[in-house]
Amino acid sequence: MFDKVWDRHVVLERDDGLTLLYIDRHFIHEGSFHAFAAMRQRGLQVRRPGQVFGVPDHYVPTRGRSAEEAATPQIGRMIEQFGVNMQWGGVPHFPLRDERQGIVHVIGPEQGMTLPGMVITCSDSHTSTHGALGAIAFGIGQSESTHVMATQTLWQKRPRTLRITVTGQLAAGVSAKDVILAIIAEIGADGAVGHAIEYAGPVIEAMSVEERLTVCNMSIEAGARCGMVAPDDTTFAYLRGRPHAPAGAAWDEAVTVWRALRSDAGAVFDREVAIDGSRIEPMVTWGTSPDNASAIDGKVPDPQTIDDPQRRSTVQAALDYMGLTPGMALEGLPVDMVFIGSCTNSRIEDLRVAAEVLRGRRAVVPGIVVPGSGLVKAAAEREGLDRVFRDAGLQWLQSGCSMCAAMNGDVVGPQQRCASTSNRNFVGRQGPNARTHLVSPAMAAAAAVTGHLTDVRRLLAG
Amino acid sequence: MEPFVCLTSVAAPIEGRNIDTDQIIPARFLKMDREGGYGQYLFHDLRFDDTGAEQPGFVLNRPLFRNARILVTDANFGCGSSREGAAYALYDYGVRALLAPSFGDIFYNNCLKNGIVPVRLPEATVTALRTQLAGADGGERPQTRRWRAGPPEGDEETSGGRAFPHEVTVDLDRTRVILPDGSEHSFAMDSFWRECLMQGKDEIGLTLGYLPRIESFERAYRARNRWLNY
Repeated sequence: MFDKVWDRHVVLERDDGLTLLYIDRHFIHEGSFHAFAAMRQRGLQVRRPGQVFGVPDHYVPTRGRSAEEAATPQIGRMIEQFGVNMQWGGVPHFPLRDERQGIVHVIGPEQGMTLPGMVITCSDSHTSTHGALGAIAFGIGQSESTHVMATQTLWQKRPRTLRITVTGQLAAGVSAKDVILAIIAEIGADGAVGHAIEYAGPVIEAMSVEERLTVCNMSIEAGARCGMVAPDDTTFAYLRGRPHAPAGAAWDEAVTVWRALRSDAGAVFDREVAIDGSRIEPMVTWGTSPDNASAIDGKVPDPQTIDDPQRRSTVQAALDYMGLTPGMALEGLPVDMVFIGSCTNSRIEDLRVAAEVLRGRRAVVPGIVVPGSGLVKAAAEREGLDRVFRDAGLQWLQSGCSMCAAMNGDVVGPQQRCASTSNRNFVGRQGPNARTHLVSPAMAAAAAVTGHLTDVRRLLAG
Repeated sequence: MEPFVCLTSVAAPIEGRNIDTDQIIPARFLKMDREGGYGQYLFHDLRFDDTGAEQPGFVLNRPLFRNARILVTDANFGCGSSREGAAYALYDYGVRALLAPSFGDIFYNNCLKNGIVPVRLPEATVTALRTQLAGADGGERPQTRRWRAGPPEGDEETSGGRAFPHEVTVDLDRTRVILPDGSEHSFAMDSFWRECLMQGKDEIGLTLGYLPRIESFERAYRARNRWLNY
């Protein structure tokens, strides 16, 4: 599948294998100011504005919808500058006040701008998310973003391919987030460096598009260039009727093309990994890398049992930062707050499962719930989910990256422990000296009502 | 950006697998304009404490390594966020080359666009080099940085070791590195990016030269895929 999509986008290939790849769509956010500064300085123009789309998400306030309400005047100016840059480049965009604004990786699929068979770039590493629809989608830097805007192409080297097959069937209470955390724990944070992942197998096929988006989102946390799922009837049902999806005869034509994208029966991959989905349990991270993950019934590892001195010292440093001691049970570890949101877990299905756990219960620690887009927020409010969150004592905020990127003023305090549905538990990611435990939305909700990390299945059973 | 041909410099060992770009530059500095320089933010929360004072234990705060223009790191260096600020911070600090068993893919590409040479070497070689650099203090020697547009000279090419035990040579012209023990190791670098780095240019100008090819591709591609939604 990867090769089929790649080959359709080759403008030219050099003898050394470097390929000039055509880019269907390029998404940008307010961090793009570096790229626009470079374009102005060099007298470049946005070559195909209609194939670029902008939305502010990383820095936006979640307690208001104007630049004046940003965390600092500097951030406010940055959000305003984004609007200026969009005008300058003639780039279509959703401003902050538009109800369709949201996290770029939520709104691309939501609007049907992300389609199977496309090559998509965005100056954000979680662009891998869009691969859930059968696109090649990868994150790039600001210089590459400048290149895409000026030429609608990018020089790339074909990555190796890795198929990850998840067999069996997920147990009740186990989510897509647990699947991807289990995969990363298995292959490592650098396990897929230089590779394009194709997720396959009955567990992936049985997933909704939103669940696949969660899986593909964290491909980058295994170091992958991108992650993909073959488009199928689930994909087509999701896309049909979305604002930017093809319609009428174009739809039928598109579906014919999309159906042919799936990997052929005898397709050969550079690497194959198989994981038994039936054995995956609710997962939680204990360290400062996404591969520092364990089933909730596991224990904090003991660095002394690790032979390799480099790995031993890395794990020891992680435990010191996280304030954990070797052998501690993860179940029962007290948390100070919860965060439900991010491009990993802020879609309507994520909010539904969190609300299911919270319904009729009270959170004993503070927490925020940040929907992935204005449209997700509106949908949740139509279903009354906002009341569930509020009644539980959590704050119901406006869409944006919020406490995942921690750039907009929503931060976890020093030494505070946060059960978070986001994608990175890096040192300082959610704020200086903040301690992040990555979990699914259901597990975050369970942590909110118990005040500690716990197996959500206990609450679902009760 | 500065052209890179060959660099001999003190090399600083950076410990830890999976050093992510959030550690190379914390998110709160990414909103700054480049004009003010990003070097001050490099490894900020590792280099400085809460009061802004230097953390004496951090390697780049040791007098010996303060002006290192080469860093030797562990696997998957620069994983995580696509923030190009990580490359800006390294470049503005003065770092021009990185030696590691592996790099985050996006970070690797960002280095190529910012005059930094990322060198992949076997893990055992890099681990041994870091250990050697960290241990071989032998007194804090004066800085000896040589930054030339030419290949290494005479004595550096011999295999008998060199005068300064912390110096590494990265020769992009001949795609090889010379380690403090005198050993030479070749490394892989696409010729395209090697040329860009050696000329200190990015590739946008070159690509714009291909515009007629891009336009003709576009016409054919659109004709084949009339369902495209843009």
